[in-house]
Amino acid sequence: MSQSLALEARNISKAFGPVQALSDVTFGLRKGEVHALVGENGAGKSTLMNIIDGILKPDAGEILIDGEKADIVSPEKAQRLGIGFVHQEIALCPDISVAENISMAATNRRRAFLMNYAETRARAEAALNDLGVVDPHARTGDLSISEQQIVEIAKALTLDCSILILDEPTAALTEREAVKLFDIMARLKQRGISIIYISHRMAEIFAHCDRITVLRDGRHVCTKDVAETDPEDIVRRMVGRHLGDLYPPKNAASATAGDLLAVENLSDGERFADVSFALRQGEILGIAGLIGAGRTEIALGLCGLRPTVSGKVRLDGEDITPQTYSQSIAAGVVYLSEDRKGAGVFVDLPIAANVSALAIEQVSRKPGLVSRSREQAQAARLGAALKLKCGSLDDAVSTLSGGNQQKVALAKLLSVGPKVIVLDEPTRGVDVGAKAEIHRILRDLASRGTGIIVISSELPELIGLCDRAIVVREGRIAGEVTGDDMNEEEIIRLASGVGQKNGRGA
Amino acid sequence: MSAMEEISRPQPRFGIQWRSLGNMRELGLVLIILALCVVMSFASPYFLTWTNFRAMLLSFSIEGIVVVGMTVLLIVGAIDLSVGSVVCFSMVVGGFFFLAGLDPWSASLLAIAACAAIGVLMALCVTRIGLHSFIVSLAFMVIVRGLCLAITGGTPLSLFSLPASFKFIGQGTVYGIPVVIIIFAVVVAIFDFLLRKATVFRKVFYTGSNEKAAEYSGIRTNRVKFFCIVLCSTLAGVAGVIYMARFGAATPTFGLGMELNIIAAAVIGGASLKGGSGTILGAILGMALLSVVSSSLILLDVSPYWQDTIRGLILLAAVSFDHVLHNRKKAGAPRPAGQ
Repeated sequence: MSQSLALEARNISKAFGPVQALSDVTFGLRKGEVHALVGENGAGKSTLMNIIDGILKPDAGEILIDGEKADIVSPEKAQRLGIGFVHQEIALCPDISVAENISMAATNRRRAFLMNYAETRARAEAALNDLGVVDPHARTGDLSISEQQIVEIAKALTLDCSILILDEPTAALTEREAVKLFDIMARLKQRGISIIYISHRMAEIFAHCDRITVLRDGRHVCTKDVAETDPEDIVRRMVGRHLGDLYPPKNAASATAGDLLAVENLSDGERFADVSFALRQGEILGIAGLIGAGRTEIALGLCGLRPTVSGKVRLDGEDITPQTYSQSIAAGVVYLSEDRKGAGVFVDLPIAANVSALAIEQVSRKPGLVSRSREQAQAARLGAALKLKCGSLDDAVSTLSGGNQQKVALAKLLSVGPKVIVLDEPTRGVDVGAKAEIHRILRDLASRGTGIIVISSELPELIGLCDRAIVVREGRIAGEVTGDDMNEEEIIRLASGVGQKNGRGA
Repeated sequence: MSAMEEISRPQPRFGIQWRSLGNMRELGLVLIILALCVVMSFASPYFLTWTNFRAMLLSFSIEGIVVVGMTVLLIVGAIDLSVGSVVCFSMVVGGFFFLAGLDPWSASLLAIAACAAIGVLMALCVTRIGLHSFIVSLAFMVIVRGLCLAITGGTPLSLFSLPASFKFIGQGTVYGIPVVIIIFAVVVAIFDFLLRKATVFRKVFYTGSNEKAAEYSGIRTNRVKFFCIVLCSTLAGVAGVIYMARFGAATPTFGLGMELNIIAAAVIGGASLKGGSGTILGAILGMALLSVVSSSLILLDVSPYWQDTIRGLILLAAVSFDHVLHNRKKAGAPRPAGQ
């Protein structure tokens, strides 16, 4: 185990309030290896990486770099120890040039009073040299997502890092761009750089990594050489239980039910075109696709939150194509945003005021005055139905955990008695327990006749929860999967557009 | 949906209200003002007299009407720097039409309408073009001031011929209480009630607290902002008409710098420049604090050259004190898990 480890994390534990995110996790990274770190969302991968990068402090345990105990108190300290972290969300300044972004840390450390643009440019060119064609003078915001990712990697490399953490780097990339990235990884490996590679994609891991560590529910499950194992084994260890136990039973009868909501040839003239699909009675319909494929835009379009140029939305056969979101709410179609804090809830306002926001008139008396007792009763009723855990309904939403915040957002939608609920990443950032609870609530609603459409980037969730899923690629429906066809491989194939032979037209 | 109907009994909670954080803040302000009054009553025998008290109330009553509008605007997340100019515009337009032969009541209505029109123009710039209210109102502060000077030719309009029945608004008393103070009290009572209860104003809180989330709740946030901007300008117009009745003149330089006093009062009273919070009562208390300080400085015979500096320092101290108090409370709340 101690054979030339570039980095070792020993017996790391970390808790967030009542949630134990990591317990006694040990992880070793050999020099010059590509080490995959896998696990379901919430397994503790990000927490572990944030501890290694000095963003979070562990409750217990220690980190060794090159065999020496290191006290990583901040990301800056991590940088000085040679740890580069490319985050899943791109964290670049969009308005400045690529070169300036790459040199940001160096500029920060610089003692001189004036900028040295020649040096900045030279450093950027040197860093980008290996990585491919990105113009160092370009405005960063004008680059594609994959180019921005390359800039992120270049930025990490300029810090003389010997350890590089890549957090789901291919999530936003097309197939071709991903190949380029693996090329870069191979070259970095030759230079002796050790890479921690976080991904959900088994094919990539088995093609490009040396070892795999599996985390589950905050615990270390196993570390194996790629040669010693296979994808099925890893997935089983990741999940650690049968998928059937994780998700509520599906509704087989929905396969033959009539259409509740029908979207016909919907286009916004920009991000999606000619989108047609139907949601059946009692069904949970999934929308899959890569990040940036247009899933969210389609959802926004069908709810009137984003202008569309053509197409129709029918509910029970009646044309309800909304121009504004309030029309959509009136018709009974509501939307839950993927960005909970940014657009889902009012974090500084009381719980009760959040729940009533969608139709404040429902809890008001005649001349337009809010009735406190009705508002409280509404929040108490919906909160109880969703098993919301809170102190007082007058508390601000910011005092709740992620899962309970999401329940408040759900209660808000349910307050209008919707016919169809469109949920965008409904379980993002909520813990495993609350996640299962939200799944149960959705299934319960579906079985009572509310149509549910779920967008999720987490394929196991989509497959476990939904009766059927449509796959979106580059703003169009690439196919539809049900039953046995609904597996990761098939969905990724449709989403990335590789080999159309089994794809079923929508 | 029967699961949804499983009604758990609502837990009645008294005392803590929609503005529970605000209540704390208001109490703190009342204490500061009382403390200042006690100190001043020893320092100057004149301080605790009805005459001085009445003078203080009078001095901020009319401005207080504008503070109401500004507070609503701050809650929705906007700001209006043009209020001083608009108050003046109202006086000048009212005076102009009166001198042109209109009866003072119709002239006043026209003046208020003109101010509302200014508000509509600003609101269009904010909601249609998408400019920030700070820069729009900064431009209109100058534009409207220029209009005042142009209409009057730079010299004050003398309106001594205003009928007594009209002057009564600004100068009269009912049972010894100045009418101005009564109007002010009524406006404050109405808006304080509406802000806490009316659905329209609840939408103001939603929009100011998180505009995106408000949009995603089907609220037409641009309409809400439009309404608030026009409301603020209209109330400034109302204040201008009262000033006209009070002074019997329309000076084209009146109200210079008034906006700072008004914004300061609202912020001392707990309105956030980021939107989403604020109360009418708090803003009025902020106004009262500023007024007590001003009065004290005059009674203590502090050099006028130093008065502004001291006022500024007190503003800074009050806001800092409040901020520290507020943040300590927030730190007690549990942090959401995750990340």
